[in-house]
Amino acid sequence: MNRNWVLIVILALVACAPRSQEAGKRSRTLIQNKGSDTLVNVAQAWAERYKEVDPNVAVAVTGGGSGTGISAMINGTVDIANASRKMKDKEIELARSHGIDPVKWTVGYDALAVFVHPDNPVEGFALEQLAGIYGEGGEIDSWDQLGLEIPGCESREIVRVSRQNNSGTYVYFKETVLGKKQDYKLGSLDMHGSKDVVDLVQNTPCAIGYSSLAYATHEVKMPCIETAEDECITPSVQSAVDRSYPIARPLFMYTAGQPEGAIKTYLDWILSDEGQCIIQSKGYAPVLPVDCG
Amino acid sequence: MDRRDLDWYIDKAVQILVFVGGVSAILLIIGIFVFITKEGAGFLTTTFDAKEFFTSPRWRPTSEHNPTYGALALIVGTASITGLAILIAVPFSLGAAIYIGEFATGKTREILKVLVELLAAIPSVVWGFIGLSIMNSLIIKLFDVPVGLNVLNAGVILGLMAAPIMTTIAEDALKAVPDGYREAAEALGATRWQVIFKVVLPAAKNGLVAAVLLGVGRGFGETMAVLMASGHSINLPTSVFDSVRALTATIAAELGETAVGSDHYRALFTLGIFLFLITFLINLTADLVLRGIRKK
Repeated sequence: MNRNWVLIVILALVACAPRSQEAGKRSRTLIQNKGSDTLVNVAQAWAERYKEVDPNVAVAVTGGGSGTGISAMINGTVDIANASRKMKDKEIELARSHGIDPVKWTVGYDALAVFVHPDNPVEGFALEQLAGIYGEGGEIDSWDQLGLEIPGCESREIVRVSRQNNSGTYVYFKETVLGKKQDYKLGSLDMHGSKDVVDLVQNTPCAIGYSSLAYATHEVKMPCIETAEDECITPSVQSAVDRSYPIARPLFMYTAGQPEGAIKTYLDWILSDEGQCIIQSKGYAPVLPVDCG
Repeated sequence: MDRRDLDWYIDKAVQILVFVGGVSAILLIIGIFVFITKEGAGFLTTTFDAKEFFTSPRWRPTSEHNPTYGALALIVGTASITGLAILIAVPFSLGAAIYIGEFATGKTREILKVLVELLAAIPSVVWGFIGLSIMNSLIIKLFDVPVGLNVLNAGVILGLMAAPIMTTIAEDALKAVPDGYREAAEALGATRWQVIFKVVLPAAKNGLVAAVLLGVGRGFGETMAVLMASGHSINLPTSVFDSVRALTATIAAELGETAVGSDHYRALFTLGIFLFLITFLINLTADLVLRGIRKK
């Protein structure tokens, strides 16, 4: 009698063991998240914290650029695409032809800071001055034209530091500062990544560059930008939140259709106070002002 | 005699394996060429304008209203960086090869050989990082120029990268010269320098040319270090202090985010075809030069 019981228990355990393992695997959902390099640090921080919020959901984050993320979302290989720009009409068409109706989620704002060398005495720039420096046909090539004298920059030449031509930052700066139909002046140093821009500017007295505020270090100077109301606004999380800074852009997450289940819960959490405090701590602005204590 | 035992089968299997290994290189190279031609073909037959491509320095593929595909600045950029790199690398690596091969003995020689090989193993992104963070400030301070990411920076970095490979191959070429040549020359009363310059170097000419050409190939193909050190700026350089952009770096920086099948994507593959043809030509010339020398 006793032996039979032991046998039954063992049999039951053997029968149950693999099943319970399978069930464990099934309940752990994996969300694939890919795209913008601007957003990748924040996306990773969200994914990291979300492990504690819901241990049954794992979020895998990869960078690669806004375009890469969007095309992966269209091809169905990722659940959420990060983008530092809006989807282009062409991309939306392509998605529709794949039977996907992309849904846009604004998850934060990013101030694009203009950087100069710390020895550069400049206080602020007007948008027209930036257009004159960077834009095709712009006539500002020398710091002399701006009345500036920079120690260590004898040639007075403005060394323009820009980004490679498929970066979301490159496109946004062009559209906002130069105007939609304008092009950049050729001959700028097109860095592959925001960090390289900051590194180069901090070592080059003649240089000017731009990138997301989140990449700023103490080794570079960030001049203020003049608005239409003749105020000069310094780039900061605060000035991006209250929308007073003129070159701040929204950051997006795109999903293929209205999300459900774990993905929906994840996006809701990102837009909750907890998620928004994380994006603020990374140097970006939350969608609405939050109190993070 | 010809019994089909285990050994026979092993023999046959190895034969097939070696044959497949031998032809795989040919198949792969044809496959790669067909692939890049196929991807670039749509551009070559429609938007491509040979005159613009080879004579205009305006590479502006993402412009919304007027995209232009002039590759002249990229071609000149690659050529100027590679040219400078070879100028720097050839004397260094020849000198190193002669010293290691002809003068150094015992431990010095072994240590030097290991160190040179170690130098060849430094990843290109590390070289690029040195160019971006150390050489940039150094060049600005030394030469008082506005920016240190330029032909000089990329050329020096690329020269340093190519030198170890050139040294190793050149040294092998010197070693391949039979000792009998040296002994004969010494028996005639030649000094050590005379032996090297009049006997060993001319005898090793084939291998030395191969070493230099391999360095040129390395220069054309190198991507990451050049991307970081050259400034990646569309420019027709007038001095070594101008920033430039290389063909390879353009493909590396832009291909990742272009939509598959777009004009920009195909234009990048056209650059790829062009690069492929150049390296093919370099190797072909090398081969012909070597054959010509051999006939003499």
